[in-house]
Amino acid sequence: MNELTQRLSTTPQGSGSWRAWQAVFQRDLRIALRRRADTGSALVFFAIVVALFPLGVGPEFGLLRRMGPGVVWVAALLASMLALGRLFADDHADGTLEQMLLSPTPLALLVLAKTAAHWLASGLLLVLISPLLALQFDLGQEAAGVLFVSLLLGTPLLSLLGAIGAALTVGLRGAGVLLSLLVLPLCAPVLIFGAGAVDASLAGLGVGAHYSLLGAMLLLALLLAPLAAAAALRIALE
Amino acid sequence: MNPALELRDLACVRGRRSLFRGLNATLAPGQLLRVSGANGAGKTSLLRMLCGLLAPAQGQVLWQGQNVQRSREAFHQQLIYLGHAAALKDDLSPLENLQVAARLGGTAPDDALARQALADAGLGGREHVPSRHLSQGQRRRAALARLPLGQALLWVLDEPFNALDTAATAWLLGLIESHLRRGGLVVLTSHQAVGLSDNVAQVGLAL
Repeated sequence: MNELTQRLSTTPQGSGSWRAWQAVFQRDLRIALRRRADTGSALVFFAIVVALFPLGVGPEFGLLRRMGPGVVWVAALLASMLALGRLFADDHADGTLEQMLLSPTPLALLVLAKTAAHWLASGLLLVLISPLLALQFDLGQEAAGVLFVSLLLGTPLLSLLGAIGAALTVGLRGAGVLLSLLVLPLCAPVLIFGAGAVDASLAGLGVGAHYSLLGAMLLLALLLAPLAAAAALRIALE
Repeated sequence: MNPALELRDLACVRGRRSLFRGLNATLAPGQLLRVSGANGAGKTSLLRMLCGLLAPAQGQVLWQGQNVQRSREAFHQQLIYLGHAAALKDDLSPLENLQVAARLGGTAPDDALARQALADAGLGGREHVPSRHLSQGQRRRAALARLPLGQALLWVLDEPFNALDTAATAWLLGLIESHLRRGGLVVLTSHQAVGLSDNVAQVGLAL
């Protein structure tokens, strides 16, 4: 008894939380690297959906330029929904989610680690290929740059909002559809300001306000979404 | 001695069915609690309740006098729970799985220590095989390898002997006995009688 309790009292707690954060973050990235087919599917989906629009609408530059930002943004939204379904579902199925709930590290921190890894393996890839896709819509260099930055601010926001939905639907049958129904309405403001930034830039207006709003929403979501998702996970696993 | 773990008037309701009610038990350091009962009697529910994963319909679980649902982080520092699922990631090797599980539990074993734990569990030479290639029994061994690494006082094990061969069963019994001798507590469910030596204090709880 004494031997064990003595060892307990000497365990530093703060560094333990950070180690657990890193462990979850690295684990999820490693899994994403080892399952490239899964990781890449959202990316390919994004590229194909965006590419279908110019094919369907026809090569009319004015029209494409008007549609471009919205189309890329909606496609990014759908692609990130696609990847979200697995955020907690795999962990739930193999029992590692229970271990996260039983960790001495606050669950919200672990959710943040998972969401960060998830964004790096899905959202960031979408951001990186977006300038290439912008070419199909005849968006100029400046507009493509604004699209890039707005997606860079917006996709982590989508992952964070999605984490709440994924946590609420974990373990349910037909979780994918329910997840989209829950999360897509929440993402509407992100879409409006994200695509709006590119529209403003095309119209020759400043984009600072759009960036600020997206940034503010991102900060707010960084604080609140992990807490909400953690609470949802505790309820879902009862 | 002050009981470390106390179940006070616990009741469990799943759906509309009441699984058990009015359950009382106490467990002191160095004691083992064996939960037995028919399939569907609520053994797993009881263990999940004990860990704070499931809120009791009535009553409370106390760890060193504190409700486990309230003082969650302090309690989890002293708890290892191994459920039905082995909690292994199929794409990761047993070594990687062990490292992550230990860090989540609040300890950080170095590489040599983790390898040694896996070797003791009978997985020497298989540390780097993706876990999806392991057999059921080997998966269970990989999950159990975490036990000696942790600093947890309380082990909660759901059917730990499932899928284990005789050698692994003996290894696990040895682990449990030495943990109890050091003043640890063990709660487990098992359909078979647990073949521990006679000087181990066993408490039985039938659902």
